[in-house]
Amino acid sequence: MREFFYMGGYAPYVWSAYGITLAALVLNVWWIRRLHRRGLEQARNASDEGEPAPQARVRQL
Amino acid sequence: MKLPVWFHKLGSPPYVYALAGKLSPWLGAIGCTLIAVGVFWGLVIAPPDYLQGDAARIIYIHPQTAYIGMQAYVVLAVAAGIGFIWRLKVAHAVAASAAPIGATFTFCALATGSIWGAPTWGTFWEWGDPRIMFELLLLFLFLGYMALRAAFDDREKADRVSAILGVVGVVNVPIIHYSVLWWNTLHQGPTIMQLGAPSMTTDMLIPFLITMFGFMFFFYWVLLDRLRAEIVEREQGARWLRELLAGSRP
Repeated sequence: MREFFYMGGYAPYVWSAYGITLAALVLNVWWIRRLHRRGLEQARNASDEGEPAPQARVRQL
Repeated sequence: MKLPVWFHKLGSPPYVYALAGKLSPWLGAIGCTLIAVGVFWGLVIAPPDYLQGDAARIIYIHPQTAYIGMQAYVVLAVAAGIGFIWRLKVAHAVAASAAPIGATFTFCALATGSIWGAPTWGTFWEWGDPRIMFELLLLFLFLGYMALRAAFDDREKADRVSAILGVVGVVNVPIIHYSVLWWNTLHQGPTIMQLGAPSMTTDMLIPFLITMFGFMFFFYWVLLDRLRAEIVEREQGARWLRELLAGSRP
């Protein structure tokens, strides 16, 4: 087990490379989740006020 | 030119929002599983390289992140082009969604490459190296595309102007791919995408390909999720979204 973490002396390189990549992947997922949730909240709040948001009136499909 | 029905459907935000929501969990499950299996295989089961020892284990993430970064740019450019020609908002939303994800992968490729370079090339960074420079340019193209979009208050204008940058920048992708063949560089040549058999033994090739496909599924997973978030942002005030939130839309 210790040998595994030692990585033949390359431990700082191997583990930092994997760590950075893992962190980037996780942050991506977390950030996107947050973005989506906030967008839905905003839409919910706008529709609670009963009036359509200003974009709706000028919006054309 | 007459376009098929499915093409029109893919232009409809509510349809794409629902479709992406159905597909994304599958892609996510497959992607995460493949990455976990491939990383375990690469770190534990695969043998150390005869020349580079355990440092070579970075090969199970570095080319993958680089490749997905390039693929993200192609997705961005194609989507931006489609959006520009057919004035499809959803296509522009795809392009806008691909940019930050592609930037993340490209950053990972540069970071892992730099870390790998330290013990093997004796340097973290080499300004004269074409592969590194064009990869860095790819990162700047992603960031430039995002900055250009952010510079416009009018979303339609942002879509159209940024699409031009997106499409033009795609020439960088084949340049990155061929850079190791066209110039003398520190970077090694292609391992898999070459004529003839891959220059890697099977016990290393298997985890290499598993993480490659894993990252690919992962990319399309987060792309679809980001696209959904992007659609919600663009469709604020739209009736379908209100109905969806009220639960009156199936």
